[in-house]
Amino acid sequence: MAEVATADVAHDDHHHEHEESFWSKYVFSTDHKIIGFQYMFTGIAMALIGGYFAYVFRMQLAFPGSSVPFFGLVSPAAYNSLVTNHGTIMIFWVAMPVLIAAMGNFLIPLMIGCDDMVFPRVNRLSYQIFLLSAIVLIASFFVPGGGFGGAWTAYPPLSAMAKYNATPFGAPMWLIAVTLEIVAFLLGGINFITTVMNARAKGMRMYDIPIVIWMIVIASMLFMASVGPLVAGAVMLLFDQTLGTTFFDASAGGDPVLWQHLFWFFGHPEVYVVLLPAMGIVAEVMCTFARKKLFAYKMILYATIGLGILSFFVWAHHQFISGVDPRAAYLFTTTTLLISIPVAIMLFAYIATLYGGSIQFTTAMLFALSFLAEFLIGGVTGIWLGSSGVDIYLHDTYFVLAHFHYTFFPIAIIGTYTAIYYWFPKMFGRKMNETWGKIHFWGTIISFNCIFIPLFVLGAAGQHRRIYNYQHFPDLAGADMQDMRVFATISLVVMLLFQIPFIINFIVSLKYGEKADKNPWKANTLEWVAPSPPPHGNFPDGFPEVYRGPYEFAHPDREDDYWPQNEPGNQKPKT
Amino acid sequence: MLEKLLPAASTYAKEIDWLFDFITYLVGFWFFLAIGVFFYLVFRYRRKPEEKAQYITGETHKQKMAIEVPHYLILVCDLAILIFTFVVWHQVKIDKPPAEDEVRIVAQQWAWTFYHSGADGLLGTDDDIAKVNELHVKADTVYHYTLQSPDVMHSFSVPVFRLKQDAIPGRDITGWFEPNLQGEWDIQCAEMCGVAHGIMGARIFVKSEEDHAAWIAANSPPAQSANLIAQNTENDSQAQEDNTNG
Repeated sequence: MAEVATADVAHDDHHHEHEESFWSKYVFSTDHKIIGFQYMFTGIAMALIGGYFAYVFRMQLAFPGSSVPFFGLVSPAAYNSLVTNHGTIMIFWVAMPVLIAAMGNFLIPLMIGCDDMVFPRVNRLSYQIFLLSAIVLIASFFVPGGGFGGAWTAYPPLSAMAKYNATPFGAPMWLIAVTLEIVAFLLGGINFITTVMNARAKGMRMYDIPIVIWMIVIASMLFMASVGPLVAGAVMLLFDQTLGTTFFDASAGGDPVLWQHLFWFFGHPEVYVVLLPAMGIVAEVMCTFARKKLFAYKMILYATIGLGILSFFVWAHHQFISGVDPRAAYLFTTTTLLISIPVAIMLFAYIATLYGGSIQFTTAMLFALSFLAEFLIGGVTGIWLGSSGVDIYLHDTYFVLAHFHYTFFPIAIIGTYTAIYYWFPKMFGRKMNETWGKIHFWGTIISFNCIFIPLFVLGAAGQHRRIYNYQHFPDLAGADMQDMRVFATISLVVMLLFQIPFIINFIVSLKYGEKADKNPWKANTLEWVAPSPPPHGNFPDGFPEVYRGPYEFAHPDREDDYWPQNEPGNQKPKT
Repeated sequence: MLEKLLPAASTYAKEIDWLFDFITYLVGFWFFLAIGVFFYLVFRYRRKPEEKAQYITGETHKQKMAIEVPHYLILVCDLAILIFTFVVWHQVKIDKPPAEDEVRIVAQQWAWTFYHSGADGLLGTDDDIAKVNELHVKADTVYHYTLQSPDVMHSFSVPVFRLKQDAIPGRDITGWFEPNLQGEWDIQCAEMCGVAHGIMGARIFVKSEEDHAAWIAANSPPAQSANLIAQNTENDSQAQEDNTNG
């Protein structure tokens, strides 16, 4: 079994705490928890920007041509830029940093029982590059010509030439920001995988690793394996934009469709890169609050690996009607529908975990359960789109938009809230207020569904995406369709307002929340062995040893209904 | 189901709608089953102080069957969807019926130009009718289209036909449709194509044979020598330039 991590640089001082300046403690720290918080707070700040963009363009759609409060008139160029950067921000600067980087950084060393990441300085560098990428992106909104508006998929030739996209500075800056962000996550991914493989607590076998850690590791592997083509493509596109090369210019021998392949070869595994950590978080929370062992741990693990492998063979389902050989659709429809199998196994196993449980409806548990219900909608609506025959019609409509919001919202938003409500006591040593948490939960979930169910209907009625004013299309300008747009917009405003209780609850609980002990939820995994909040170095009383799997709840040989991984017992429970 | 939202105006619209419904019933069944079981479990196993949770590993063969049986059933449903998807895809995208008329579509920032065959029914001759943002076709006729773009990606989408196809610079993309319902509907650009993507719409007019013939007669370029036509075109572009300058 591997020794505990020996990342000397990170903790040369953790047994003799001396006064650290604010800068060295919070800004240039190599402590994995601080880096996790940096990612988390940057991600939340970016989510506020992305949410504000959504508010502006939804207002324009509901009340076209009128001045939007806190923004003003929305020009077509501004509208395009808003939708483009809303998508970019929510995926690259919210879902990725919060779910993988923040949770990976915070949870991995704590849950595998070591003191830090094995490459703490690489870890710090990762966040610094990430911060730089966010600054570049935000700066791109203020350059002459405005931010890039060619959709988050950035298809050339539109994205490649300023004469087409009219954003001579915005487009290259957008691309540089995305590339930097990817570099940051490559550094983070190396760290995650190496740490989990080499620095686990004594006695922690492969099947004793909490499922969330497995999922973050598998997600990091998927990311690293899929991102190469995108980086290559991004550099080629940047050269097309700035140096006048013609990789994607058909009139000079290039091929614009090549970008689509490179982008989606990354883009589809990316969905699972963000999905898996959220699934893992939900599994941890469900097991704890249902007091149940995770149903079929190994099956879930192998389904996850199968899902990861399969995700590399589905990318062209984004391109059924993009001019690739129509015969290719046979292959990609098949792989796409097959991917429903591992996802179904995972969801069924999660639902089966509830069987025979003793379910406590804490805010974290409510968010975890709502993840399953909402993600199920996102998952099944993918079947219509995966079927190439129906996709001819539904492609690029609001049906697609509603579908992927039903996947990404549970992943990025619900997954994040699940994690924050659950690990807040560990992060900050205090509990969040449950009453306000439940108000936040119900307000968010109900209004979320009210936003996107009308959009499914509009999409099925033939409304296309990325159009700033439907009044120009007689078939889409009807009063009943406009009513649905208004309803969706009002629901969005309501949902955004319901985030205020969360933010207040978060800030107030930091200072005045009920004090939490080491293990407030009576959970089994190793992070609950450390003090709340854990000091630099995590385990001041010595590193824990592991005697059993992470989900031994309600074990018949034991009176307590939980059995921490580190508690010496008579034997490993029979599996 | 889709026909409640918008008309089906082409021959293959019905097939795509049928496939949509077929998937809706299969997926709907599984969705409501799963969500029903989910809510039942959440309600049934809510915390009661006197009850301890059960210890179930999910690793025994019998327990695994609880997942494997529905998962094999889903596989069967997937196969059914696959087979019918292949049938529909083959009919729409691969098996083109022979052309009875043709149209050339040029998508550019931010307008559509439709080149209709004139009175002779042939494309590429002197009597072709070019129209901006108006596509005129006659019902119950198989059209082959050629889709071109001189600048960026666009996507030719006619929702009532259930037809969508991206235009790619440097390629001639071909396809077909057969309108079977008369009326006038939207054409949308379905691929982000720049600042005015949001207003890049057009109208499609599906007419009876007589009405379409009358339209051709009214819009055909007057019988003139090729020379004159060329001159006209020049004048047109001159006029256009004047407009731009003005």
